[in-house]
Amino acid sequence: MPGPVRSSRPRNRRSSRTSETDVTTPSAQVELRERTGEDCISNNGFCPEWIVENFDRYVDPFFEHIFLTVVSVGIGFAIAFSLALLAHRLRWTFRPISGVTQVLYTVPSIAAFFLLQPYTGRGNLTAIVALVAYTLFILFANIMTGLDNVSRDVKDAGRGMGLTDRQLLWRVELPLALPEILAGLRIATTTTIGLATLAFFAGGGGLGALIEQQLFFKSNVVVAGGLAVLLAAVFDLLILGLQRIAMPWRRVALA
Amino acid sequence: MSTPIAFLGPFGDAIDFILHERESVSGGVQIGGPGEIFELTGNHLLVSAVAIAAAVVIFLPLGLFLGHRNQGEFLAVSVSNVGRAVPSLALLAFFLAYLGIGFVNVAAVLFLLAIPPILTNTFVGVRQVDRDAVDAAKGLGMNASQIIRRVELPLALPIIFAGLRLSTVAVLATATIAPLANVLTLGVPITEPQTYGDDGQRAAAMVVAVVTLGADLVLRLIERVITPKGLKLSEHDDLPRKRRSSTNLIRRNKPA
Repeated sequence: MPGPVRSSRPRNRRSSRTSETDVTTPSAQVELRERTGEDCISNNGFCPEWIVENFDRYVDPFFEHIFLTVVSVGIGFAIAFSLALLAHRLRWTFRPISGVTQVLYTVPSIAAFFLLQPYTGRGNLTAIVALVAYTLFILFANIMTGLDNVSRDVKDAGRGMGLTDRQLLWRVELPLALPEILAGLRIATTTTIGLATLAFFAGGGGLGALIEQQLFFKSNVVVAGGLAVLLAAVFDLLILGLQRIAMPWRRVALA
Repeated sequence: MSTPIAFLGPFGDAIDFILHERESVSGGVQIGGPGEIFELTGNHLLVSAVAIAAAVVIFLPLGLFLGHRNQGEFLAVSVSNVGRAVPSLALLAFFLAYLGIGFVNVAAVLFLLAIPPILTNTFVGVRQVDRDAVDAAKGLGMNASQIIRRVELPLALPIIFAGLRLSTVAVLATATIAPLANVLTLGVPITEPQTYGDDGQRAAAMVVAVVTLGADLVLRLIERVITPKGLKLSEHDDLPRKRRSSTNLIRRNKPA
C-alpha cells in the first residue's frame, strides 16, 4: 500500500531552514525531520502540521463529492417523483415499480459501477447512474408512503370543495405528504454521500479516491473521512431546516 | 473470446472468467475459474456472516428490551442517523490506520455497519405493536419475557426482518472492499485490475450482485416461513399499501 505521497511534505518550512544548515549530514537530517514532523508522517501518524499544509488537496475532491451527491439525488428525485405520481394514479403500476427499484437498491453500488462500465465507460456518468439507481427506491417508497397517509376525510373535503384531480394532488395530497417526502430526501442524501466515497471505483473521484490513496495514513483518513461525515451532517441539517421552513405548522423532531 | 456465450459481449467474457481458469493479465499466475470464485465467495460470506450474527445476537435482544420498556428511543433512532452519515470506506480506513489489517478488524467494521438497521428496526418494530395486544397478554397473566417472546417479537417480525435485510445488503456490499485490508473476498478481482483485468472485475461484480440479491431473497423466504400463520393474512410488504391497513400504525411511529 502506498505510504504518504513524498511530494506533499511540508515544503515551505524545509526550504526556509535548509539555507542555514547542510542537509546532507545525517545529524542535520534527523534534526530537520524532527522540526518538520517527518517522523510523524513516515509513521503514518496523525500530524496536525501536515494537515494544515496539505489541506488544499482535499478541496477539489470535496466539491466533486458534493457535485456527485447533488446531481445523483436531484435526478433520482425527479425520476422517483414521476414514478410515484404514476403509481399513485395507476395503482397497478405500484408493484412492478417498487419491485424494480428494490432490486436496483439491493445491488451493491460498487458492483453496479463495474456492471455499467461497458455501456457508460469510466467516469462521473457511471458513478451518477449507479447512485441514481440506488436512490430511487428510498425516494419512491417515501413519496408513496406520504401520499398514502393522507387521510381519506381530507381528500373528500377537497373533492367537496370542487377540486379537480390535479388540484387535489398539488394543493392537498403533496403538501400533506411533505414530511415523508423530505424524510426520504434526507435518507437518500446521507446514504448517497456515503456511497459516493466508492465512486472512485467508477472513475468518479470524490473524497473516497483520497481515502484509498493513503489508506493507512491516519492524518489523511481522518481528514477525508471527517469531511465526508461533516458533509452528511450538514446536508442532513439543511434538509431538516427546509422541512421546518416548508412546514411551520409542524415542528419536526430532530431525530 | 470464442466461447458459446460470446454473444453476451463483455458479460460473456466475465462469465467465461467464472467458468474457466486463465492466465492473469500480468502473466505467470492462473486466475479465475470456479475454484477461485468459490473460495472468494466463501470468504466473502464468512466475514459477512460473522459480523451480522454478532450484531443480531447482541442488538436484537437489546432492541426488544428497549422497545418493551419504551426506553432509549433517542439511542435506538439516532444510531441509524449516525450510521448512515459514516461512509463504509471511511470507517474501514479508520480501522486500518489505527488498528491495522486483518479478518478481525474487517469483521469489526462490518459489525458496526450491521448494528443500526437491526437495533432501530427492532425498537420501532416493538413500539408499533398494538398496545391492546400487549394489554391482553398481560391480562392472560404473561410475564415480561413471555410478552416479548410470544407477542411483541412475532408482531414486530416484518419490521425486524426489513432491518436485517438492510444490514445484510450493506455488509455484503462493504465486504467487497475488504481486500484493502488483506481479507480476500470477492473484492479481490475488483481491487486488483492489473492482475484480473476487466473480465475479472466484471465477473466479481456480477457474483457480488447475485450473492447480495440471493441473500435478500433467502431472508425473505425465511421471514415467510417463520411468520406465524395468523399474521400472514395481510401479506406484509415494507412498502405502503392501501390506506386503513395496520401498516398505518407502523408508519406513524416510524422516525421521520
